[in-house]
Amino acid sequence: MSDLEQFRAQTREWLEVNCPASQRLPVMEFEDRCWGGTKWCFVNEDQKRWLEVMAERGWTAPDWPAEYGGGGLSKEETKILREEMYRIDARPPLFSMGLSMIGPALLKYGSEELKRQHIPNIVKGKVWWCQGYSEPNFGSDLAGLQTRCEDKGDHFLVNGQKVWTSYAERADWMFCLVRTDPNAAKHAGISLVLFDMTTPGVRTSPIKLISGNSPFCETFLDDVRVEKNQLVGNINQGWELASYLLTHERAMIGNMGHTAASEKSLHQHAIDVAGGLENGQLGDTALRTDIAQWEIDILAFELTQERIDDETKAGTGTGATSSMLKYAGTELNKQRFELLTDIHGQAGLAWEGEAFDDGLLASQWLRTKGNSIEGGTSEIQLNIISKRILGLGQKA
Amino acid sequence: MALVLNEEQAMLKESAQGFLSEHAPVSQLRQLRDERNEAGYDKATWQQMVELGWSGILVPEAYGGLAFGHVGMGQVMEENGRTLTASPLLSTAVLATSAINYAGNEAQKKALLPAIVEGNLLFALALDEGPKYRPSLVKATATVSDEGYVLNGEKQFVADGHIADKLIVSARTSGNANDEQGISLLIIDSTAPGVEIERVHLADSRNSAMLRLNNVALPTEARLGEPDGAMSLITYLTDVANIHLSAELLGMSQEVFQRTVQYMKERSQYGALIGSYQGLQHRAAHMFSEIELAKSIVIKAQQALDANDEQLSVLASACKAKISEVATLVTNEGVQLHGGIGMTDELDIGFFMKRARVAEQQFGDRRYHVQRFASLQNY
Repeated sequence: MSDLEQFRAQTREWLEVNCPASQRLPVMEFEDRCWGGTKWCFVNEDQKRWLEVMAERGWTAPDWPAEYGGGGLSKEETKILREEMYRIDARPPLFSMGLSMIGPALLKYGSEELKRQHIPNIVKGKVWWCQGYSEPNFGSDLAGLQTRCEDKGDHFLVNGQKVWTSYAERADWMFCLVRTDPNAAKHAGISLVLFDMTTPGVRTSPIKLISGNSPFCETFLDDVRVEKNQLVGNINQGWELASYLLTHERAMIGNMGHTAASEKSLHQHAIDVAGGLENGQLGDTALRTDIAQWEIDILAFELTQERIDDETKAGTGTGATSSMLKYAGTELNKQRFELLTDIHGQAGLAWEGEAFDDGLLASQWLRTKGNSIEGGTSEIQLNIISKRILGLGQKA
Repeated sequence: MALVLNEEQAMLKESAQGFLSEHAPVSQLRQLRDERNEAGYDKATWQQMVELGWSGILVPEAYGGLAFGHVGMGQVMEENGRTLTASPLLSTAVLATSAINYAGNEAQKKALLPAIVEGNLLFALALDEGPKYRPSLVKATATVSDEGYVLNGEKQFVADGHIADKLIVSARTSGNANDEQGISLLIIDSTAPGVEIERVHLADSRNSAMLRLNNVALPTEARLGEPDGAMSLITYLTDVANIHLSAELLGMSQEVFQRTVQYMKERSQYGALIGSYQGLQHRAAHMFSEIELAKSIVIKAQQALDANDEQLSVLASACKAKISEVATLVTNEGVQLHGGIGMTDELDIGFFMKRARVAEQQFGDRRYHVQRFASLQNY
């Protein structure tokens, strides 16, 4: 037996013993997926234990270096672990911006001190991270951000306002883009700093959306003291780091177009709502056509994710970047919910009442409108494709 | 299976690209059209394709072929789309070999496949009886006689019909006009008594023909596959044809897109390159995204053909529906973004638009395949 085969066998056995049955059920509610942090309320003992046993091996971040608490697994071993977890429908033990965003950035750009301070806590799910990027006047034009960060000798002082901070109320720490040089060109005067959300001067306020209550907040920063060692990378290197992080975020949001295997297909929704088929077909033939076209598009999209992944592995990528996936994936997710509400008719637009799941579908439908805005609008993605891939936009 | 080409497939693609751009660029099709060439393809180029082994890519080694598979052939088809090369490749090297491989008996394989590989035999597939693809709509009849069959009826829009040595024809051996049961496929000689072939010219300047059959006598051995039961073979050929037409359409879409983006970098208006205007940039970026989506489903469908995947028909229809949408978009935008020059015959873009529309119609257009995709998934 090769080392990898042996690793697979051992992993399978270990998961079989250690993954509680309740953690193999599909994720239905927000709380079913553990985000960790000091304010997290575990839905049950299983969720807590599953996080602990996985974190102890570093398998919440399997391919991160073991010296910082990660799993230290090779690419092949990580793939095997994922496959084995998928095989038994195991939920990811932890889901967080720490794992998907600031962690990778710290590993790539952070000082040794920052890695030792933060990475183990991300792996163990002890800290909930939120992201301080957008500002009221700087959304798409993020690089124009104005939150000031002044050097006060032994510390920084931060003043400004952030918006669209997801889960700011529940988060423990923020990674935050700030302006450290107001006189430099806008991309060149930005830095990335980290601070504790309980620091005096940090205040959050929730934002209500067209879809109802939301995890988004405004975050006000008034004379917030940030320790100097909490600067990630170099001073004024923030834009490079932000771009690196945004690539991760785009991949995450674009992925929402992806239909989980356990999720009911659109045509099955239509069959169930319409009360069956007529002569083997959906009675509403125009709807049938729209659904089929969407299902063809989502198939093409999922295969494209797969292909780009395969090309990256084979080293033959042609530069179809995360922008293209973000653009296509979010537009498709919006279409999916347009079709879903159409399928349900006026019941799909119900806002209250137990019979209508308290308006869940309508609220989900409205929420998808944000998919093509957050993480860089569709228009910004098209700009990036035009300039970086197609080489358009140079002056005559 | 990873959705990437292996080394041999990538090499074949590269060599096809090199050969076609040098020996059979779009100007060749233009010349064939302008001189009203009788064959409708360049015989010397086809001979070179045969020498390169392309006629045998899908033929098993036992019959003299390369057995290189559909992913490999798909790369050649895609490159053919980039150059709009007119040749018997689809009719003979893809469709006839696939039909004979799938349903032929040993005697038929021995007699026909090596001759195809050597370039001595051209085929055409005659299924359509109208302008839209409806393969079960078969009114042509094959009546059983003492010697075998007697064929009567008409076939329409037979690609490469007037250059074929042999034609594979669908005819009804039982049942009614729209029944799926009761259809048989028969191989006839184009020179047999009672066979009348009339070339028709479509917008794409490629070969098409009308076929009339008047009491054409055939021996029983001329039948390909089971009597009355040709529908499974026709379904397979529908999948094969659409997946390879999709590859051709993908090649066309990429070529038109590339030429259009290049033009946006050269053409100035109001003192700026038109490619610097965001209104046009976004249209180009959207096309880029759509082409990327189509690429993935094309290679997936090609792999499904080689693997005889149980989802083959679903993937073939998804593939043709998606690439047809994309090719329509890209050729329309190609003309629009070129502006007035895009409307001229002098520019090649129009050739791509014309060929794309014919290829989209052949073996079922976008709507046909959207409906087929839904039906195959039982809704």
